[in-house]
Amino acid sequence: MTASDLLNRLVMAVLTLMGVAVIVFCLLRIVPGDPVAMMISPSATPADIAALRAHYGLDLGLPQQFAIWFGDVLKGDFGTSISQRRDVLELIGGRLPATLELAFAALVFGVLTGGMIAVLGALARGTKLDPALDFINGLFLAVPDFVWALALVLLLGVFWPVFPLSGRIDPGLTTDFRTDFYLIESLVTFKFAAFADILAHMVMPMLALGLPLAAIVVRTLKEALAEAMVQDYVLLARLKGMSPLRLVLQEALRNAVGPTLTLTGVQFTFMIGGTVIVERIFSYPGLGNMAIDAVINRDLPLIQGIVLTFGAIFILVNILVDLIAAWLNPRSAAHG
Amino acid sequence: MGDLTKTATTMDTAFRFRSLPMKTIKPLLREPRVVIAGGFLLILLLIALFAPYIAPKDPLEQDLMLGNMPPANYPGAEPGYYLGTDDLGRDVLSRVLYGSRIALTVAFVAASLSAIIGTLLGLAAGWYGRWADRVISRLVDIWMAFPPVLLSVLLVAVMGSGLHSVIAAIVIIDWTRFCRVVRAETMAQARLDYVMAAQTIGFSRSHILWREILPNVAPVLIALVSLEMGIAVIVEAILSFVGLSLSSDIPTWGGMIAQGRQMVHHGWWVFVFPLLALFATVLAFNQLGNGLRTALDPVMRR
Repeated sequence: MTASDLLNRLVMAVLTLMGVAVIVFCLLRIVPGDPVAMMISPSATPADIAALRAHYGLDLGLPQQFAIWFGDVLKGDFGTSISQRRDVLELIGGRLPATLELAFAALVFGVLTGGMIAVLGALARGTKLDPALDFINGLFLAVPDFVWALALVLLLGVFWPVFPLSGRIDPGLTTDFRTDFYLIESLVTFKFAAFADILAHMVMPMLALGLPLAAIVVRTLKEALAEAMVQDYVLLARLKGMSPLRLVLQEALRNAVGPTLTLTGVQFTFMIGGTVIVERIFSYPGLGNMAIDAVINRDLPLIQGIVLTFGAIFILVNILVDLIAAWLNPRSAAHG
Repeated sequence: MGDLTKTATTMDTAFRFRSLPMKTIKPLLREPRVVIAGGFLLILLLIALFAPYIAPKDPLEQDLMLGNMPPANYPGAEPGYYLGTDDLGRDVLSRVLYGSRIALTVAFVAASLSAIIGTLLGLAAGWYGRWADRVISRLVDIWMAFPPVLLSVLLVAVMGSGLHSVIAAIVIIDWTRFCRVVRAETMAQARLDYVMAAQTIGFSRSHILWREILPNVAPVLIALVSLEMGIAVIVEAILSFVGLSLSSDIPTWGGMIAQGRQMVHHGWWVFVFPLLALFATVLAFNQLGNGLRTALDPVMRR
């Protein structure tokens, strides 16, 4: 990817985000239910209500409202949450770290688990284990994160209650964090009790998000490994007497990792989208959980801010994946 | 020219599903996934259609004296309530059976509508290209930047709860799945010899699109519809779980799961059985879709 390609992508990204902003803005203006009505006391006079509406700019025309809001967004001002009366960006900044920690934990889990099983499958090629693995993986591919989350509530929360069912950290341990990246901060400041507690809280949502990803990594990587294993250079290494495990890890894996990586990137964006419902099920205090509350409370500025944040993350991940793919395989980039 | 005409007509008959019945159905019946998953879904459809005759109890009838009864064979079970009762004393089995109605309605209607809209836009983008492709592709890009679950929750909040809103929300979000695949598939088909031949003979562009390309896109499309039905069932369950889908008077699996999630520690059966029904249905749609893709694809069929 050349510099001008990258610039092109960034311009496209900004245009896409603007499209997202326009759509979510228009969508929210047709929400039935007056947000102002929800925040005033029953004793307010019509004049009070009008003043409040003017304060939030709700008395202006739609294009004007959009121009003011989008101009502010470009300046980094996402407005004030109506339900929580705090700065939207501040609220998002407080919740995003929890979601990012969860998503990256699920990504690492999914890629490592899927990678190991794919290597196992490549070694078991031709044995009875191979079709059995394909069959089980086929089942795993069909189960979405929502169903995993609920099944985990049942299995690891109720029948075999080893992990906490909801939240991010035991309430007694939250007092002295400087950042909102609890997991990372507790690790680097050697607060191991807190670290273990946060990790235990993360296990179930992480599994729910990571298991579907693992299944996709298994399928893609296993196929790519099977293809790489019959290439000349691998056959040569085999003739030289290299052990099957070293053959897979040293020769085949290096060449099979490209397509898996691209697909993992795409799946990662889907996974971030999946955090919304998974966080809800486990009452995990992340961005997605706050988003559903914001919709229920008709908190327009907060909804807009969260949707734009998700959109920006999706687009950034996609660009990043393309960059890595181009870096791994310069030939394909030159052609397309 | 004579040769070209000949190629075009033989290609034409070879690629088109002119005799749909036995020739198409036979390879389908050889695919175990299609038979097993399709059979399960057929039974589910019958259950949904004849729920009033099959269900042992009225799914809405409350009996607070019989609240929270465990399933049959567990100590304290109430005879006649095979899968136990919920906290309001409603029969879990009957509610699960009735829940199939909403699940299948949403699956069929939402998946068909998304397929129609997505296919039309995908064909337009893939075949006519230029500004049509640019506009449609840009729309898809924007759509892909929305987190789907959040968008569905938002749409139902905007449109108000109810079956129509749920279906509309799924269609508004998921047409892109069909559009992307059909667009790519159409572009791939457009490069093949038979399309070139059809153009050389002088078939009109719309004739080629509807009579030559669409039938060849159909196998992928049919498989995708089945997969989308599974997705629609999940989305409806998610919306019911969040409390936005339907009123609690209508039994839905998602609504039951949400209710069961609250009382999971003292009434696991309210949670487990609708979850199993949801899981089996989604798995069946998924396996049917993958089976159809294998069976209908002339290349994968070998």
